[in-house]
Amino acid sequence: MVFEKIAALLAEKLECEVSEIKPETKFGDLGIDSLDVMELLMSLEDELGTEIEMGENKVETVADLVAMIESKQN
Amino acid sequence: MSFSILGTGMYVPPRIVTNEDMSKIVDTNDEWIMQRVGVKERHISEHETAAEMGCKAALAALENSGVKKEEIDLILAASVSGESISPSVSCMIQNLLGVHCMTMDINAACSAFVFMLETAAGFFARGRAKKILVIGAERLSRIVDWEDRGTCVIFGDGAGAVVLGEGDNYLDSVFDVKGGDNVIDIPQFQGKSPFFHREAKKPYIHMKGQETFKFAVTAICRDTKELLERNGLTFDDISYIVPHQANKRIIDFASVMLKIPKEKFYVNIDRYGNTSSASIPIALDEMNHKGLLKRGDLLLLPAFGGGLASAACIVRW
Repeated sequence: MVFEKIAALLAEKLECEVSEIKPETKFGDLGIDSLDVMELLMSLEDELGTEIEMGENKVETVADLVAMIESKQN
Repeated sequence: MSFSILGTGMYVPPRIVTNEDMSKIVDTNDEWIMQRVGVKERHISEHETAAEMGCKAALAALENSGVKKEEIDLILAASVSGESISPSVSCMIQNLLGVHCMTMDINAACSAFVFMLETAAGFFARGRAKKILVIGAERLSRIVDWEDRGTCVIFGDGAGAVVLGEGDNYLDSVFDVKGGDNVIDIPQFQGKSPFFHREAKKPYIHMKGQETFKFAVTAICRDTKELLERNGLTFDDISYIVPHQANKRIIDFASVMLKIPKEKFYVNIDRYGNTSSASIPIALDEMNHKGLLKRGDLLLLPAFGGGLASAACIVRW
């Protein structure tokens, strides 16, 4: 669920096909910087209606972001 | 009774430092800075202090307002980059202006302009002042780490001022403080006490980019929506949102989250960088001189920064 949402948001931002976004895709390779990651996170918070604290997590790949959000939801 | 804005003024030092100039100091380039911060150039002081720049902005605001400096009952100033802890920047501006009145500094970092307006409104409400000078003056080049490419490209020097007189044009305001030094910290010189044993922090601007971004966008969205809602207004009633110019990306994403066009926001960070407490009055003065403001226009002024402190207000021009 979370992955699909992130992939959709990313595809919209990058104007690319959703299928191009894979869990192992690195944000850096997509030309996504650390503030873009925050924008994604805040858009997700808006959709999910929950606050997600970044804390000390290192978020390099799409899968990292999914794992972080899922861990906060549980 | 609150106040009306009678005039605006600004001053920036003449030396312009471009992104290309910055690339000779730290490992950076124009594309990176434009994409990450939205700054093209900034003015950097070569010999003027924050108070000296503040005095020039104050004189410009006095001239614009038609108010004589002798009429000023109170000088409120804000700076995180004054030369001395004491005398305060407002004391030095008073000295340079050659006037005799009460002065005080308000320390609320980049949000200070709105905190000063709130303070001024209180003086007017109690009938303690008829004319107040409010000044944000910064020489941030003094406190940025010129070896840290993540922060030194963001900031600039300059001052902005407004002259306030009795009126009813400060409509409403909100304030929020979440005290802590984890996200933004500007430590003082630690001193040389032989009895104090904590590790010294470098006395420069320390900022966590992602956390600052989130805090700032959240503050703009929350504070502007709350102000509009409780005053029965919508964004259509607002002529301009004049936010603290911290980072173009913050303003852009706030417009996305609020679902309002970017054009609603006045933006000049590309030419001045982040000038902290001076950024909103500098923007107001530019807008004033460009003829963008009409009597009766409603302006939303959201600010956010170190503290962490945030604030927003609605003023009628």
